[in-house]
Amino acid sequence: MSLDSKTPPGPLAEKWTRYRGTMNLVAPNNKRRIDIIVVGTGLAGASAAATLGELGYNVKCFTFHDSPRRAHSIAAQGGINAAKNYANDGDSVYRLFYDTIKGGDYRSRESNVYRLAEVSRNIIDQAVAQGVPFARDYGGLLDNRSFGGVQVSRTFYARGQTGQQLLLGAYQALSRQIALGTVEMYNRHEMLDLVLVDGKARGIIARNLVTGKLERFAAHCVVLGTGGYSNVFYLSTNAMMCNVTAAWRAVRRGAYMANPCFTQIHPTCIPQSGDYQSKLTLMSESLRNDGRVWVPKKKEDAKAIREGQKTGRDIAEEDRDYFLERRYPAFGNLVPRDVASRASKTACDEGLGVAPTGLAVFLDFTAAIERYGKSKAHSMGMHDPSPEKIRELGEAVISEKYGNLFEMYEKITGENPYKMPMKIYPAVHYTMGGLWVDYNLETNIPGLFATGECNFSDHGANRLGASALMQGLADGYFVLPYTIGQFLSNEIRTPKFSPDAKEFVEAENQTRERLEGMINIKGSQSVESFHRRLGKIMWEYCGMARNADGLQKARKMIRELREEFYKDVFIPGSTEEYNPELEKAQRVADFLEMGELMVLDALNRNESCGGHFREEYQSEEGEAQRNDADYAFVSAWEYKGWEAEPVLHKEELVFENIELKTRSYK
Amino acid sequence: MKLTLKIWRQKSLKEKGRFETYKVEANPHMSFLEMLDVLNEELIAKKEEPVVFEHDCREGICGTCSMVINGEPHGPMGGTTACQLHMRHFKDGETIVIEPFRASAFPVMKDLAVDRSALDRIIQAGGYISVSTGAAQDANAVPIDKDTAGHSFDAAACIGCGACVAACPNASAMLFVSAKVSHLALLPQGKVEAKRRAQAMVKQMDLEGFGMCSNITACEAECPKGISVENIARLNREYLSSALGSETVA
Ligand SMILES: Cc1cc2nc3c(=O)[nH]c(=O)nc-3n(C[C@H](O)[C@H](O)[C@H](O)COP(=O)(O)OP(=O)(O)OC[C@H]3O[C@@H](n4cnc5c(N)ncnc54)[C@H](O)[C@@H]3O)c2cc1C
Ligand code: SF4
Ligand code: FES
Repeated sequence: MSLDSKTPPGPLAEKWTRYRGTMNLVAPNNKRRIDIIVVGTGLAGASAAATLGELGYNVKCFTFHDSPRRAHSIAAQGGINAAKNYANDGDSVYRLFYDTIKGGDYRSRESNVYRLAEVSRNIIDQAVAQGVPFARDYGGLLDNRSFGGVQVSRTFYARGQTGQQLLLGAYQALSRQIALGTVEMYNRHEMLDLVLVDGKARGIIARNLVTGKLERFAAHCVVLGTGGYSNVFYLSTNAMMCNVTAAWRAVRRGAYMANPCFTQIHPTCIPQSGDYQSKLTLMSESLRNDGRVWVPKKKEDAKAIREGQKTGRDIAEEDRDYFLERRYPAFGNLVPRDVASRASKTACDEGLGVAPTGLAVFLDFTAAIERYGKSKAHSMGMHDPSPEKIRELGEAVISEKYGNLFEMYEKITGENPYKMPMKIYPAVHYTMGGLWVDYNLETNIPGLFATGECNFSDHGANRLGASALMQGLADGYFVLPYTIGQFLSNEIRTPKFSPDAKEFVEAENQTRERLEGMINIKGSQSVESFHRRLGKIMWEYCGMARNADGLQKARKMIRELREEFYKDVFIPGSTEEYNPELEKAQRVADFLEMGELMVLDALNRNESCGGHFREEYQSEEGEAQRNDADYAFVSAWEYKGWEAEPVLHKEELVFENIELKTRSYK
Repeated sequence: MKLTLKIWRQKSLKEKGRFETYKVEANPHMSFLEMLDVLNEELIAKKEEPVVFEHDCREGICGTCSMVINGEPHGPMGGTTACQLHMRHFKDGETIVIEPFRASAFPVMKDLAVDRSALDRIIQAGGYISVSTGAAQDANAVPIDKDTAGHSFDAAACIGCGACVAACPNASAMLFVSAKVSHLALLPQGKVEAKRRAQAMVKQMDLEGFGMCSNITACEAECPKGISVENIARLNREYLSSALGSETVA
């Protein structure tokens, strides 16, 4: 099957406007007859469900959480991008488009990214109208800050809780539709299968997590906004429940998984402290606006710090290596995430790490505290402030900007980051890969749509900070509600589907067999223990640096682990009750398949680009070497069965507006 | 560190619960939930049923974790959710009592997990601004004073955990309701519907079986996000005092 991106014709800047103006519409009286299932209530799902409800469709919305407001989007800290150019620093739709394509290392589709940049502006308007309390300046206007990989200030934020506030906006819009009866909400329901009727997506099988019973739901089409799969690595910055099951079940029904190996490792996370650790905590990228990243120049100093004989404070200025500023003078500490993460890894690999594990670098605010302190003293009319006064004033400014992050750091580590430089290390954070979708956000299965982190669409091989929130809301508020009409306008005569049709009953039976099969293994190892082992394999061989030998080895190890899982996993309790271990087992089982596909994709891509760094393909200075001649494509994998090789389909990427260049941040 | 845990075990909504005692060995750097993970892994190794507790972000922002630790919702540390609490705040040899949030509007589903969907229904009753997608004007069209926006944010920081309800002897949800009312009413966009919103939300709160507020302020003391009882005062003063006025919702 050929992959048609369905990109509309016309000049880049006019594609979306023209397309929207000529799209098929569904008349209001017909909308009422059409049912849509939306799975997920994160930014992508909640915004889509609310908007579709407002438009008059009958929406059924699902989340495995106890409330739509708890989706993982709630945890996003730093901000959301939009090409508003309120800062008057030369930003524009084109520049946001350009930065996103470049940041993604030229592995995304021009038309989708341009549209994203265009609608970014509407998102901010919408959020403000909903009551999102974004940060403001003294004139009462919206404030902006900078994120990595760009040279303008276009990031809108709500203290360090931007995701929370945006999600609450979408959740409130969704709640309004629930009250109006246009959206029927199913909390604590986990989608475990996709149902196809005559090749089109027409429903889902969901498990009621309270009773444990399987339930069948039918509709004219299905939208997945089910988030990313970072937890395949076990340790990540994602919430504990994030998983790939909904997307993977769609893959098993024929949907293609695109660029699965493109995962993002975020440079600034709190380092792991022990084996019991259940997750890693992100320190927002916004910190790199003011924090300077460094390690000691001398190995002896690093060793002394690791052993607790010295602290960061004891290292003289000339003995510090601010390695990002040194290697990338143009962008300094604000290089994109993949670049920053690899540079930290290199420093630690050289023996310069500063935590007992050897895996940490410093993120230091001393210079910023002094700078802000001086400027504040000046603005208060102090002429000769003491160093203590300057520090005090500077710390207050830093606290206003990042207070909650500093507090969180102290809660977790027990160290005060105002006094001691933070210790940070890269951690898995985001997955650029996801279900393959065309310009309409429709997968290769007609009637199955994917939005937000669940699809692969906009970030290429590396996502820029503050762009995931933008994409989730763009998809849900401003893109999908229109493009879905392209499919539904042909369905207005299709009668309602019955969830008692044989396709549904069959899918339910298969799901039940799988659940019962798993619980009846009654082996000796916990689900958690398998998840941890998978995570170690993924991190070691398919993490920040990858090579062919390692990937081949990993593939074999994952297959063996999967076999062991189906022989020896132990799941307590029964299927027909509230059973979190059974839920986890489903998710880990799917990770065990997805992990292998990620490894295969990484093995297949003989180049280094964005978050995918193949050690064989690097320059003498250790920079990534892309191969545009052979790999300027999206890999879309078709699942062929349990033991069979997946089949690779390629969507060639055509760049008509941007010249492919070696990404340089020097 | 060696700990004794007394944990509430309850098989389902219908069955009666009781405390069970467990021993566990923890490390001071662990989070409280990681300590429970260790216990659960041990129970699973013995083929026993692990303790069900809800959690997700483990960063204090999703509001999922919910348990009463030694008599306090989210435990002894102020401004901290259970997931952000670390074992370094407990002593070696200590006995820790862990039970679910207690309120008739929050039925226990299993062990420490309770049903808090009543809070969603309160939001559905009016906790939003009635604006449809695409109907918004430019975001900078209406400037909002920095301090006002800040106060609105302070109220908007509520994570919907329900600790305020669990802390209140009357099991009132007033702090939760007043936080949402204040968040929206302080902004020009949300002011228009403010009265109606407040009345509808309070009415739903009553219907859900939450108790009355009698100004005990235990809610504020236990709220992990520092939501202030000033919000309750604002709600009473500005929006409920005129409940008999013409804007009363039916
Ligand atoms: C710590 C952290 C900080 C971040 N900070 C930023 C930031 O500052 N700026 C930025 O732009 N991005 C940030 N990101 C990334 C961003 O938060 C996410 O990419 C984005 O929120 C994903 O939104 P989503 O709606 O696609 O998915 P999610 O928010 O993950 O929502 C998924 C939804 O799907 C539901 N679901 C999943 N599977 C099923 C199933 N099988 N059945 C039923 N329901 C299901 C879940 O219940 C949930 O409701 C951050 C990410 C992390 C981890
Ligand atoms: S007011 Fe505080 S305690 Fe109550 S739900 Fe909100 S965050 Fe939780
Ligand atoms: S688990 Fe999210 S707040 Fe505790």
